[in-house]
Amino acid sequence: MAKSYTKIRSTRAEKAIALAFFTPFALLFAIFTIAPVVVALVLSTTNYSVIQPIPIFNAIDNYIYMFTQDEIFITALQNTITFAIFLGPLGYVVSFMVAWILNSLKGKNLFALLFYAPSITSAIAMGVVWLYFFSPDRYGFVNNFLFDMGWISEPILWTRDPERILFITVVVSVWMGMGNGFLAFLAGFQNLDKEIFEAGSIDGIKNKFQELIYILLPMMKPMLLFGAITTIAGAFAVNDIPLTLAGYPGPQNAAMTIVGYMNDYAFTRLDLGYASAVAVFLFAVTFAFGRIVMKVLGSKDE
Amino acid sequence: MEEMRQEIIVQKVKEKEQKVKRFKISVPMILLYLLVLGVVAFTSMPLVYLVSTAFKPLNELFVFPPQFFVRNPTLRSFSELFLALSGNEVPFTRYIFNSVAVSVITVVGTWIVCTMGAFAMTKLKLPFKSKIYTIIVATLMFAAPAGQLTSYIIIQNFGWMNTIWALTLPKMAGSLFIFLLIQNFNVVPDALLEAAKIDGCSSWGLYYKMMIPMTRPAWATAIVFSFVGSWNDFFGPMLYIQREAMKTLPLALQLLQGGPGQVARAGAFAAAGLLTTLPTIIVFCFMQSKVINTMSNSGIK
Repeated sequence: MAKSYTKIRSTRAEKAIALAFFTPFALLFAIFTIAPVVVALVLSTTNYSVIQPIPIFNAIDNYIYMFTQDEIFITALQNTITFAIFLGPLGYVVSFMVAWILNSLKGKNLFALLFYAPSITSAIAMGVVWLYFFSPDRYGFVNNFLFDMGWISEPILWTRDPERILFITVVVSVWMGMGNGFLAFLAGFQNLDKEIFEAGSIDGIKNKFQELIYILLPMMKPMLLFGAITTIAGAFAVNDIPLTLAGYPGPQNAAMTIVGYMNDYAFTRLDLGYASAVAVFLFAVTFAFGRIVMKVLGSKDE
Repeated sequence: MEEMRQEIIVQKVKEKEQKVKRFKISVPMILLYLLVLGVVAFTSMPLVYLVSTAFKPLNELFVFPPQFFVRNPTLRSFSELFLALSGNEVPFTRYIFNSVAVSVITVVGTWIVCTMGAFAMTKLKLPFKSKIYTIIVATLMFAAPAGQLTSYIIIQNFGWMNTIWALTLPKMAGSLFIFLLIQNFNVVPDALLEAAKIDGCSSWGLYYKMMIPMTRPAWATAIVFSFVGSWNDFFGPMLYIQREAMKTLPLALQLLQGGPGQVARAGAFAAAGLLTTLPTIIVFCFMQSKVINTMSNSGIK
């Protein structure tokens, strides 16, 4: 029955109506989502900057410099990968487990809200909290707690010691970063047909673990894929939290991320060609990871 | 229609039976609750602390050893925020107004642009549908900030610096929003629209009188995400807005956080942080069930 509607021969008028509906989105999407990628690609092959207002083509010079000579870029890359490793797999698995557990509890909506709420707060607004939590003296909560437990004798300079900044940034990011994946998982669990569990128990599924491997994960594949894609995009976009925690860019670039680095070149040094190359790299990395998870989790046969 | 109704009734009865069956009190269940309570207490700790701090009087803000919970709650920080800043070039209420204006325009724009776009993508004869869909899914993967720099160049060339367009238009056609809408519009049976079409309903009528009312949870979700993204946006306003009278709340927070007098303003900063955080939490409280329903169609195959 559904087929017959689409089978009606499409006429020019119908196409025109469809285009009329689609044009506002298409225009804004083309200008603010597609064009930035194209412009970045083009600019990344030039030396366009405030001292070089007429861009000159320099092929892949920017990229060569980025990977061979730019030590700060490599630091930013390492930091970002550290973030991505924790925020990605860790945040992803925790989100999934919590959604799984919550699904079988009463009052799951309230729990879900309390679990998810930090990720819809503004990083800047929560800055006030971290200010008190990680204050580098005994007035800071974390330091005070560690003192009381007798684990430290000197206050830890959380936001000033380069070796600690990355650590607390990761902690805070995971804390606040339970993203859209969690909601998708929760929804996925909620919509699973309950009968499938009964069928599973007839087929010899004995415990929760087997249920997870043989029923939940295969059924949830589309959700898992959506969650993975948004998590990857989010993990590589980390910038607000290190910015609020460590200031900019932190001592010895300890909290410098690729996004932070790109913004530095773009808006402080106004070296737009080079910043574009960093942006293109970021596009390429998230896209590559996205393709990989699509290969792993996607179902080609449908 | 009758069939659907019956199915729904059967499903509801089943759900009720399951509920009765599932909630047996047992030791593992209690342990599970304790575990979840622990996790939730941990994740919501910063928020609880923010609320508590915003109501602390000055002496409790700097007391040693530091106190987590407020003892003598006071509204002093809030009055300070509104009064003390009145000597400022721009009163705090102006930032609130700006944030509300920007968010409302963004949300309304998102709603119009994305529901119409998703309607064309799912129920009309739009050429190159599957190619467009592939592109939209691909852009879901992009880390948003990667486009910031070139968006900036584009917006500068449009002459949109210090205008509300710079903060609203770029956010409307979000790939996440239209993706969620497409997934949910697809669920609406074509047969329903076909019937209405035979009865003489125009495309606009199909969109406005049928799709929009039937997909309320879906677009409500898109609106929630759009609102949260717009309300919390810090980097956009920082780039595009230099005029103090046009700045939004996140920028006002940054103003409060830094500079001289920072310690004296600690209370006002906490109050402003709470006021900035509350709207997104409240909106989410009311919309949570709709959001989760919509997300159940978010899978990518």
